[in-house]
Amino acid sequence: MELFQLTAHQLAEMLKKGEASAEEITRAVFARIYEVEDRIQAYVTVTEETAYQAAKEIDRKRREGEIPGPLAGIPAGLKDNLCTRGTRTTCSSRMLENFVPPYDATVVKKLAAAGAVFTGKLNMDEFAMGSSTENSAFFPTRNPWHLGYVPGGSSGGAAAAVAAGEAVYALGSDTGGSIRQPASFCGIVGLKPTYGLVSRFGLVAFASSLDQIGPLTKDVRDCALVLNAIAGHDPLDSTSAPFPVPDYTSYLTGEARGVKVGVPREFFGKGLDPRVGEVVRAAISRLEDLGAVVEECSFPHAEYALPCYYIIAPAEASSNLARYDGVRYGYRAAPEKGGNYNLLEMYMRTRSEGFGPEVKRRIMLGTYALSSGYYDAYYLKALKLRTLIRQDFNRLFEQFDVIVSPTSPTPPFRFGEKAGDPLVMYLSDVYTIPINLAGIPALSLPCGFVEGLPVGLQIMAPPFGEGTLLRVAYAYEQSTPYHLARPPLKGEPEQEPVEKTGP
Amino acid sequence: MKLSREEVEHVAILARLALSEEEKEQFRAQLSSVLEYAEMINRLDTAHVEPTYHVLPLQNVSRPDEARESLPREEVLGNAPEREAGYFKVPRII
Repeated sequence: MELFQLTAHQLAEMLKKGEASAEEITRAVFARIYEVEDRIQAYVTVTEETAYQAAKEIDRKRREGEIPGPLAGIPAGLKDNLCTRGTRTTCSSRMLENFVPPYDATVVKKLAAAGAVFTGKLNMDEFAMGSSTENSAFFPTRNPWHLGYVPGGSSGGAAAAVAAGEAVYALGSDTGGSIRQPASFCGIVGLKPTYGLVSRFGLVAFASSLDQIGPLTKDVRDCALVLNAIAGHDPLDSTSAPFPVPDYTSYLTGEARGVKVGVPREFFGKGLDPRVGEVVRAAISRLEDLGAVVEECSFPHAEYALPCYYIIAPAEASSNLARYDGVRYGYRAAPEKGGNYNLLEMYMRTRSEGFGPEVKRRIMLGTYALSSGYYDAYYLKALKLRTLIRQDFNRLFEQFDVIVSPTSPTPPFRFGEKAGDPLVMYLSDVYTIPINLAGIPALSLPCGFVEGLPVGLQIMAPPFGEGTLLRVAYAYEQSTPYHLARPPLKGEPEQEPVEKTGP
Repeated sequence: MKLSREEVEHVAILARLALSEEEKEQFRAQLSSVLEYAEMINRLDTAHVEPTYHVLPLQNVSRPDEARESLPREEVLGNAPEREAGYFKVPRII
């Protein structure tokens, strides 16, 4: 395999043995970006210059006898909703097209301290709202397995970049499936940690009670390594949990004997593509072969998760996105030619011109659900359903160590296929959303293909059960070949490539 | 739940969005269909269920009131669409 195709732990091994330098690895990844980026379109901004500086710094430290950590000198991409001081952070929105944060997100600081080499900022659905990256205000990202298909979303740029070798790993954010669904669509590993395990400071807020940052990686060991680097309490995030962080790689034993696995029948019902169902059922049999104890179970309130989410998330979004008013940062609309406007007109024009259709739709939905006369009927009702969904999980985890399901009900879909009907698009997150509502951790990993397109297996664990999650995922992964497959970048993109602007 | 055009216009003002005639009609139809779908939540009796605002049992997180480094003023103002004399500038209010 070429350098750009290797995992972080493989590259770390080479760095340790002196078989490659951080600079060589960084060159290999940027060469790959130049080779394929016009077809994949994963990056909003590339930060080549600072990447080489960071790589050289790591090489220098190593020459001087320091022993940097396992992620030192490894090129990593960041979803473009993670604040990076001095590098613009757009959320793939016109609203923040020229926003240059005056601070780094905590996860960015932590990775930088671990010696990460940042390659740039990755494309996403605008403000993380979407499941296909078609909602980016700039351009859509293509799926490296077939360029005519979406990479999933909203962390579509992050997933596509890692799959295509344009970054060794990436950080994304997951509010209703935005790490796991694109990881599934692009054939890589994606983890949404327990709510509160990873600091959200510096993550541009979408729905604050649901958002979590997590890794997108080529295999489970990389996932554990990145989680080691980003997890932990942060005084700058008041929702950050004071949880002692273990070494997650210590869970990678290759053993899954005796693990109790629940398979909720509601996740295999109407709406599931039978071909995906078949691949996921085969993965579950594999877990049984490994000695896991698999049993069917029930998640009675499963069908209520989606409507509950599409009230709570837009409600929180409508409040969070009120800050984009054209005053302190971001886009401001000009008054009509030769005219003046008052403050209210300035707000309204700015927000109408700065936000794309999906963002406006969710702001409208959330504003409605919170508005006088509807608050109890929609928002409060949804919060109560959220309790019932948490209780379903609590009951299941009294009986099972992990729960498994498909990550997405369908394989990757074509551009435009679901873009016309918001509700149809929303349904693609039906299996990932309950996890965010309950705040538990879940991971997607490759478990096979449907007509050459990847399928993901979702594994869920109780709060702070990342260790168990990674243990089961690793045992499964090591007994299958899917994590070793690299995408062929075949097929024709349906749209012309776009011109990129600099940082 | 079918939304009326007036309701869409009212919500748009609350949300500080100026919608075109076309958007109003589009959102009216799309939001109606999402809300109709969401109606299913009313099938459940939740009279005795407590709402979940947050999943963590954290409350009133506080820290000592100590002075810390602030954001660099130039970098912060550098993002402002309009500024004057170290302030953010907005259209005339009074």
